[in-house]
Amino acid sequence: MIDQNLLLVLVLLPFLAAIATATLPVHAHNAAAWVSGLFLAGCLLVLAALHQTVADGGVLVRTIRWVPALRMNLSFRLDGFTWLFVTLVTAIGVLIVIYARYYLSKSDPVPRFYSFLMAFTGAMIGMLLSGNILVQVVFWELTSIISFLLIGYWYQSPAARDGARMALIVTATGGLCLLAAMLLLGQIVGSYDLDRVLASGDIIRAHPLYPVVLGLFLLGAFTKSAQFPFHFWLPGAMAAPTPVSAYLHSATMVKAGVFLLVRYFPALGGTEAWFFAVTGTGMATLIVGATIALFRHDLKGLLAYSTISHLGLITALAGIGSQGAILAAIFHIANHAVFKASLFMAAGIIDHETGTRDMRRLSGLYRFMPLTGTLAIVASAAMAGVPLLNGFLSKEMFFAEAADWHNGTWLDNSLPYLATFASVFAVAYSLRFIMTVFFGPPPEDLPKEPHEPSPWMRRPVELLVMVCLVVGILPGVTLGPALNDAARAVLGADMPYQNIAIWHGFNTPLIMSLVAMALGTALYLGFAGRISTGPEGPPVLHRLRAQRVYEWLLLRLSWSWPRRLHRAFSTDQLQPQLRLLVALTLVLGGAVLWGAMAPSDNPRTNALNPAFALMWLVGAGCAIGAAWQAKYHRFAALISLGGAGVVTCLTFAWFSAPDLAVTQLLVEIVTTALLLLGLRWLPRRREEIAEDKLLPARLRRIRDLVVAGIGGACIAALAYVMMTRPLVPNVGDWFLRNSYYEGGGTNVVNVILVDFRAYDTFGEITVLAIVGLTVFALLRRFRPASESVDQPEQRRAEAQDGLRDYMLVPAVIMRWMFPVMIVLAAYLFVRGHDLPGGGFSAGVTMAIAFLLQYIAANVRWVEARITVLPIRWMGFGLLIAGLTGIGSWLFDYPFLTAHARYVDLPLIGRIPAATAMIFDLGVFALVVGATVLMLIAIAHQSLRSARLREQDAEPEQKEAA
Amino acid sequence: MELVLSMAIGVLAASGIWLLLRPRTFQVIVGLALLSYAVNLFIFSMGRLTVGAPPLMPKGGFVNPTAYADPLPQSLVLTAIVISFATTALFLVVMIASRGVTGTDHVDGKERET
Repeated sequence: MIDQNLLLVLVLLPFLAAIATATLPVHAHNAAAWVSGLFLAGCLLVLAALHQTVADGGVLVRTIRWVPALRMNLSFRLDGFTWLFVTLVTAIGVLIVIYARYYLSKSDPVPRFYSFLMAFTGAMIGMLLSGNILVQVVFWELTSIISFLLIGYWYQSPAARDGARMALIVTATGGLCLLAAMLLLGQIVGSYDLDRVLASGDIIRAHPLYPVVLGLFLLGAFTKSAQFPFHFWLPGAMAAPTPVSAYLHSATMVKAGVFLLVRYFPALGGTEAWFFAVTGTGMATLIVGATIALFRHDLKGLLAYSTISHLGLITALAGIGSQGAILAAIFHIANHAVFKASLFMAAGIIDHETGTRDMRRLSGLYRFMPLTGTLAIVASAAMAGVPLLNGFLSKEMFFAEAADWHNGTWLDNSLPYLATFASVFAVAYSLRFIMTVFFGPPPEDLPKEPHEPSPWMRRPVELLVMVCLVVGILPGVTLGPALNDAARAVLGADMPYQNIAIWHGFNTPLIMSLVAMALGTALYLGFAGRISTGPEGPPVLHRLRAQRVYEWLLLRLSWSWPRRLHRAFSTDQLQPQLRLLVALTLVLGGAVLWGAMAPSDNPRTNALNPAFALMWLVGAGCAIGAAWQAKYHRFAALISLGGAGVVTCLTFAWFSAPDLAVTQLLVEIVTTALLLLGLRWLPRRREEIAEDKLLPARLRRIRDLVVAGIGGACIAALAYVMMTRPLVPNVGDWFLRNSYYEGGGTNVVNVILVDFRAYDTFGEITVLAIVGLTVFALLRRFRPASESVDQPEQRRAEAQDGLRDYMLVPAVIMRWMFPVMIVLAAYLFVRGHDLPGGGFSAGVTMAIAFLLQYIAANVRWVEARITVLPIRWMGFGLLIAGLTGIGSWLFDYPFLTAHARYVDLPLIGRIPAATAMIFDLGVFALVVGATVLMLIAIAHQSLRSARLREQDAEPEQKEAA
Repeated sequence: MELVLSMAIGVLAASGIWLLLRPRTFQVIVGLALLSYAVNLFIFSMGRLTVGAPPLMPKGGFVNPTAYADPLPQSLVLTAIVISFATTALFLVVMIASRGVTGTDHVDGKERET
């Protein structure tokens, strides 16, 4: 079990490192490097501890149930193959961290770089270790997203932004295809468990959907591994800092695609379609990449295309899929990671110390940096496949597979020739890299004087080059066992042990190598001059670029077409949109309800009370009055609105809804106060707007009137039909029966709110808190219109005296009401569980108590005497409600389970004391906080504009003085 | 009673919709308030209209649910009242902020082009 949990540690450590480094100061270069390095070293220790288990052929699995309904478990598994891969990723990660410490300049923000790098490592390890294919896609997309952030690290540069975006679009689109493929795979196999999927190869290959799954899967893998024709994002990603390129394009990001190809070979591979699609694409990529690499002038560009071509090689091997080919693919994954990381680092050193990466300007650097030069020469020899280096071995194995393995198709027959052809170019571009940069005449007018880098910047390169040599000379002792473990983990335990040796005799692969080396050297020597004066790409072909297609498509999809659609179907104006919305609702509602709207034969009615009808006569008058006056007489409209509100409130009271009546009345008060406060900031409108009398405006009004009339009539009809329908038993009856026995309260409405449906209420108060904060935030930056800054007429000095006189008595009353209101709020709150009241109405009452003080006196007077901290009220309210909910976990009940009982208090008597009351207390505090926050925020604007006035006045006074 | 109430709902809704389609922010805010009354009453009336029997239960004993008002629409409407207050406040603030920024109280932030 400890081993299994170590797997979780392995995945978590890099993410923890990401969090740790994200919190460091901006310039803490050393600290960030140490933290990241140590966390990754921790990963390496874990891997070392787990090695024996996987070397014995064991598979470690740790599963945590995550979303069982989707059959999605957070499952991690480690076998020989993933062990090798994760070790590679982590080890090179440590070296990258050391290198980056010396590569980044002092002005580059540190936490961002290291935290992204660590998060990327974590995502990559998670992807490799996932034992559930859906989780694997999640981590897969995570690598795409974080690589976007890493490539765009220097976001000030347009090239970095474009490169990052291109990488994200291409790889994330592929990731979506992969998700579709995985979902289909899961459906075919009946499980998303990786082991089950890998074991069901026969079912998958025989399934009619196999070609679809294969196509989607390969799109995912090919886009990630930059296979032709999706290769173009990789050179664009070279705008990243070199440590990032060295990491992404050696051991991690692009290797994820080939990892997937090798991993899923048992499930999807072995068919003719697989061979043609994978080997065909791989060979095309190998050749295209190698050819273009020779013609690039940018050091990193050359390495980027070389990376593409080597990925093609691995892909081709995965397509062949024989035992030897899989072994060779895994071997080349490791070898390429090692020599390409060192080459990228060397290119970064050259760039860092000379200021340029252009091979046409670089020359003769060997005399300035002999050590770096030697390292780069050895590493590029490995890239070219020179004997005694690791690149040679896996390349030989590739040649052997290309020449020996046969299924008789034309592609298979041409494999040896294609492989040799690509290899010629590989030798030529490696040679070009070395010859132009390190040999020849001394460089002229470089941006910087070249010299050796600081020793620690070179250490990672030294180590990697040493690995190239050691693996190249002693392959059987060093990497052989781990490789065989890895290949067995992919292909099954019955695979015989394959010995990796340097010398196999004078055989076909060796002849192919020798031919390639001879021809490659000749190619370079023959055309060196013409290549360096030519364009950035092979003759003729450099005009054809996949990136152009991508850019053309992107422009259409993200700019031109949406704009055209927007022009055709949309408007910036609110009114037509709202009109459309209302009309659409009417049409759709009509379509659904047509025919079902017949009134019932035996309508259920209450006898009409004339008082009720009279009351609504007033109410309807108020509503129409509000609609009539809202444009020119806002105050009158507001009063009419209040009238309609009061009638609504009375209706609630009439039909046995005391809770609603209380709440509606209180909220009505607050709303009116709020709107009154807002009136001050609107433009005055006394005289008619001239255009309103013209015909178009009249027509508009008539049209809207018709829409509104139809809407009102439909709603009225619907309401009537629904109200007169016969009763059916509904869920409300259950609440009535059980509120006392289950919820311990007799006021069913309150019990529903704080007990049965407390979770809904919790969501609702959260919304209230968000609205309160939004109001507060919006008003912090509020700038009133210039004409509203002046003090309103009524408050100028001459009017002020009169105002003070007739506000005197109400002000005193309001002040004295304060304690009374608080007691009322407490009363409403405590009785809430059994009688009308509760947290909502108590909260609004409390808010009104505060509000009255603001009305009675001016803001400064009040705030000198009471301190209300609305945000704290809200925070504590939400906390209390949430903690009450969590509290029920302690007793093993679901979130927000309530417990009810009664408590005897001296003098007061028996009062309900349910835990739901504590929740209600949270509701109360939050409602107080949010309401007061909104009201005060708006009320304070007058203060601020007073301050603005004072500021304006000051300079004038100075001028006058 | 049902007829009166449904007509009342209709009038409130019609006034609300009419104001919703007007060009001035204050009209829209009043319209939304009226519309929220209409909707609240509508939801409330979807239970049963009961006079003089609020959903306050006796402590113990048999309960005949049909003798009381339906509590569920009531609790729905109770939260709706508070939320509609919050949205009114939010809209009011957006309204005065937009007025400060654009200098007009037209819903589009600029006067109609003629």
